[in-house]
Amino acid sequence: MRTSAGRIFALIVKELLTMFRDPKGRVILIVPPIMQMVVFAFAATLEVKNISVVIYNQDTGSHGAEIVHRLAGSPAFTDITFVDRNEAIRPAIDQQKAIAAISIPQDFSRDIEAGRAARLQVILDGRRSNAAQIVNGYITTIITAYGNEIEAVRGTTQPSIRIDGRNWFNENLLYRWFTLPSLVGILAMMIALVVTSLSVARERELGTFDQLLVSPLMPLEILVGKTIPAVIIGIAEGLLIWTVAITAFGIPFKGSFLLLLFALFIFIMATVGTGLFISAISKTQQQAVLGTFIFMVPAVTLSGYTAPVENMPLWLQKVTYLNPLKYFLITLKGLFLKDMSFHDVWTNTWPLLIIGGLTMFLAGWFFTKRLE
Amino acid sequence: MRRLTALIRKETRQILRDPSTFLIAFLQPLILLFIFGYGVNLDSNKIRIGLVVEDNTPDTASLVRAFTNSRFLEVRLGQDRREFEHDLVIGHIRGIVVIPQDFSIDMALQTGAVNLQVIADGAEPNIASFVQNYTFGVVQVWLQHEAEDRGQSAAALPIRVLPRFWYNAELKSRNFLVPGSIAIIMTLIGTMLTALVISREWERGTMESMMATPVTITQILLGKLIPYFVMGIGSMTLCTLVCTLVYDVPFRGTYPALLAATSVFLLAALGQGLLISSVAKDQFVASQIALMAAFLPALMLSGFIFEIHSMPRPIQLLTHVFAVRYFVTSLQTLFLTGNVWPLLIHCMAAMLVISMVFFALTTRKTKKRLDA
Amino acid sequence: MTEPVVVIEGLTKRFKGMDKPALDGVSTSILPGHITGLVGPDGAGKTTLIRLMVGLLHAEAGTIAVGGFNARTQAEAIHEIIGYMPQKFGLYEDLTVIENLDFHADLRYLSGTARKEKFDKLLDFTDLTAFQRRLAGKLSGGMKQKLGLACALIGTPKLLLLDEPSVGVDPISRRELWAMVQELLAGGIAVVWSTSYLDEAEKCDSVILLNEGRKLYDGPPADLLGSVAGRTWQIRGIDESRRRTVLMNMLKEDGVIDGVVQGRHIRIVMAKDKPKPLLDEGQWTAVEPWFEDAFIDILGGGPGGHSKLAEQISEKPLQDKPVIDVQGLTKRFGDFTAVHNNTFQIRRGEIFGLLGPNGAGKSTTFKMMCGLLQPTEGRAFVTGLDLKTATSQARSRIGYMAQKFSLYGNLNVVQNLRFFSGLYGLSGRRQKEQIDLMIEIFDLKEHLKMNAGTLPLGFKQRLALACAVMHQPDVLFLDEPTSGVDPITRREFWTHINAMVEKGVTVMVTTHFMDEAEYCDRIGLIYRGENIATGTPDDLKKLVQSDQLQNPTLEDAFVTLVHRSHLENQLQETA
Repeated sequence: MRTSAGRIFALIVKELLTMFRDPKGRVILIVPPIMQMVVFAFAATLEVKNISVVIYNQDTGSHGAEIVHRLAGSPAFTDITFVDRNEAIRPAIDQQKAIAAISIPQDFSRDIEAGRAARLQVILDGRRSNAAQIVNGYITTIITAYGNEIEAVRGTTQPSIRIDGRNWFNENLLYRWFTLPSLVGILAMMIALVVTSLSVARERELGTFDQLLVSPLMPLEILVGKTIPAVIIGIAEGLLIWTVAITAFGIPFKGSFLLLLFALFIFIMATVGTGLFISAISKTQQQAVLGTFIFMVPAVTLSGYTAPVENMPLWLQKVTYLNPLKYFLITLKGLFLKDMSFHDVWTNTWPLLIIGGLTMFLAGWFFTKRLE
Repeated sequence: MRRLTALIRKETRQILRDPSTFLIAFLQPLILLFIFGYGVNLDSNKIRIGLVVEDNTPDTASLVRAFTNSRFLEVRLGQDRREFEHDLVIGHIRGIVVIPQDFSIDMALQTGAVNLQVIADGAEPNIASFVQNYTFGVVQVWLQHEAEDRGQSAAALPIRVLPRFWYNAELKSRNFLVPGSIAIIMTLIGTMLTALVISREWERGTMESMMATPVTITQILLGKLIPYFVMGIGSMTLCTLVCTLVYDVPFRGTYPALLAATSVFLLAALGQGLLISSVAKDQFVASQIALMAAFLPALMLSGFIFEIHSMPRPIQLLTHVFAVRYFVTSLQTLFLTGNVWPLLIHCMAAMLVISMVFFALTTRKTKKRLDA
Repeated sequence: MTEPVVVIEGLTKRFKGMDKPALDGVSTSILPGHITGLVGPDGAGKTTLIRLMVGLLHAEAGTIAVGGFNARTQAEAIHEIIGYMPQKFGLYEDLTVIENLDFHADLRYLSGTARKEKFDKLLDFTDLTAFQRRLAGKLSGGMKQKLGLACALIGTPKLLLLDEPSVGVDPISRRELWAMVQELLAGGIAVVWSTSYLDEAEKCDSVILLNEGRKLYDGPPADLLGSVAGRTWQIRGIDESRRRTVLMNMLKEDGVIDGVVQGRHIRIVMAKDKPKPLLDEGQWTAVEPWFEDAFIDILGGGPGGHSKLAEQISEKPLQDKPVIDVQGLTKRFGDFTAVHNNTFQIRRGEIFGLLGPNGAGKSTTFKMMCGLLQPTEGRAFVTGLDLKTATSQARSRIGYMAQKFSLYGNLNVVQNLRFFSGLYGLSGRRQKEQIDLMIEIFDLKEHLKMNAGTLPLGFKQRLALACAVMHQPDVLFLDEPTSGVDPITRREFWTHINAMVEKGVTVMVTTHFMDEAEYCDRIGLIYRGENIATGTPDDLKKLVQSDQLQNPTLEDAFVTLVHRSHLENQLQETA
């Protein structure tokens, strides 16, 4: 037993040294995660900011002017262009110079004064439908608020309902609070996958793999010896991102750090199992990299990060049950923002044990078969 | 010219017999189209919320019906807020709407605004916005109907906002995601595949043997580009067919315009692939650089999912460097709007400039020497 | 006086990150109608020199003129008149033979009837007519070489540059390739043939001997041999079991520059003007010098016969059962038989060699014996155990040195030593002791902090050997352990091996160098998966001795035995 541990330890030391002494490897461990973190954190947002609109105001009265004033005063609309012809609207939208065009008709003020319902037309660019809907929401909020004020002034306040809207866990709906916790999982997964899938493929290419097989190492020991360094690196990466998220980006962390470690550990194990599987079936480093890539793209896009899982068709939602990242993202957001309990963390973690166990088993099996 | 044809012929034969071509040029595109066709759906149109009815009267009953009838919300009814709070934490519901105890009384008394509490899950900021928006919408419509019933329709809402979503009236995010994903696929073929294949020739030594023959560098490079260009166009045609036939995305432009835009983009993408392969003479490094410098920007910085306008200014400026950003705009426009020439010409000009830069850099970097 | 096709003056080439230049002040000229051999171990500068001639590299100093064109500024013109076959042949593996030829023909504007004629001639010349439509990747090593040659000849070049065209190829194909190239000389072509096979050097018209970037000799091989004439001897009549001991004693003698085992005898090279030492057993017999003798002479002589490594190994226990027992070993990959019915036994303290060209099945047999591959049929036992199912303990009695010295390139010398010793169960003080010992024995002190990947080839080999023996194995498996290494390092290596074998270690070696096979006690000739003969080197030579072949070399033996086995197969088929 002791010699077995000794061998495995020698292998682990070698793996870690190889990873860090390889200039190519070092670059891959450091540059991509940093780049991705910056890009993802700042670019990957579904928020709608810096909105450009076009206003065609045919109204000469005060209400039209007030609407314009309100819109211009809103921080969401940073770029307002005024046009004086209806024909100018289409090119502006078509060429994507503005995402919305607000058309205030001639008798706008008169209708309001007369107590008739006035109409405001808003044209939105459906090519960016998600953003357009949100912009429509902003405009409607401003207009409705104005409408209520008119009512109040007139004293014709109808029973109206005021919505007391709260956003729990992220009061200001800061997108960053959603992105960065997710990045802990995504980047840790990327690194763990790359490290693992390369490890076996590289040894095969270099020819050192035969050396390992002839040595007293048993195939199972080799598997363990390759898993542990990858797990260490994966967890380290995850914790690094976690630290940056909390310190540099100011994301709150309301949950238990121990629970985070627990879930992170099991998640990385599941990821490494997948990586080993890819490595076992690849004959060259090149294939390993491609295999990782082909796995990662669906894994990240179908995890709930780019779009919610509940928006997918039901049959596809079932497929996501196989995606370890999906579960871990829920846990991450829960631990960062919601102070998730152990029970809930466990609900999202025991599937990872199953996935991890399954992939490790398959990897081991392919491993020994591929010795041929 | 003869030599060029010979090079093209050789390249084409190799392409047809190479498995990684199949993987990257067919399998991955199909996976991507599938993911973005079904998996990534930004239209939250059946958001699960919990509706707490603390006040059970015929008045509130009609409000409750308004909620349950909404086509955007999937409502679960409950008596106590606390039942739903845990569901919100674990993500089973995305919002809680509370109709408070004194609702009917307060409405009848008409003492101003009556509160309706809406709690959204801020850990999913995009959905949270929609929760607030949809709830607002349901309430407004209900108020309108109530007022009409009382015969006070006219004054209910002084201002009515009438939105019209051009080019994507059904507001399906798929309509802009799927055409946009063609850009990703073209990047894969244009940049990643070319970078891989050329660096492979360096690795295998065939580049060396070719350089000892009378071909010029220009001929070697063109001999590589032309087959992949043709493949790119072919792939684009196939993807367009899949988009329109399988995913029901409309195509309102003309095929020649699409061809023109794609050609210019391919020039830029291929130029980038060439540059990468002449810098990184081995496949592993080439694929890493291609992933970082081409694929990731295509996914994150092209405006395809994430709005460029919402990104911080420095990153917005950065996106101008990537040809894929212009291509995504062209694609979304061609599919959903039609041939908007001012926009298309602007995009194509930008892509042309970018491709010129890449080609200039490549010719400078690639000489018929091994120690260049 | 014929005009040289290539004139090189004071050529110096440095690569980034290397402290010694790859080529240092080399001057020479290449004449038409001659085969000029570019000879030297790996890293000598052969490929660099050829690439400079092709214009693919630019030198820091000196000039090269090919066909009157300056290699630096007129590379395009040079490309029109040369044919170049790089290492790894430069073939497109995904294309067929004829498609490869088509491609080169198109590049050289060869078309119409001239093209057809050329193709027919080349295919016939290289004997590839029947394989026209086969994918280049599926050809055997020898056929790939010939195809590479054919492609290089399409443009009817004035200068043919062949970079190690015969490395690892079977002796028959090697001879054929050589014959083909000789035919070309009649047309006035100048041929540069680079090789690390020193016996090929003897057959060239002119030889340029390189070592570590410097030119050691430039001229007809006969003259070089002349420099060691009268100093080469064999000691014959020694008892077989005493060979190595006698050799080791000889090497300690003053005046002996070099000595190797040669079958049953020992071959010795004496220093100039030094008398031969007295013999306790056997007699001195004068022999013709070999190229390798001259090489070692120029380099200053080989290493001594003392192996500190072997000193600290304890004597292995005696046993009469075979240490390695291979019975009917067969391996099939689909319908391709890589190894067919190999059977042999190796005793304690024996050096056994598997000899054959690349692709013959040596490595496959080897791997089956080490437990790396599952045999389709047959069994292999090492120290009585089947290695595929053997325990860790059993496997710790074995040492393995893989092809191309599989070291961890990014780890430095100490880290590699530490890893391998840890793998084999060494720890604590004992581990440290062994590592220090290895550093001392193999002279690694100056290179301790260097990454294994950047070590010079000779040191890589030493490190690889060190890593394989730290745990004092009973059996050593060595897969092509000296490929590409310079003769001196090779000698050193064999000194260690010989000394270990004296202590009872059993060694199994694979090689494609015929002369190295002579150091073995017994060898098995492998060709196309078949074990065509087994026996001592002398036995095998005797098998083919005849009136035409009075003193056959091992290569002669190989070629003849292969032909014989072909005939036998044919007879069997027609019967």
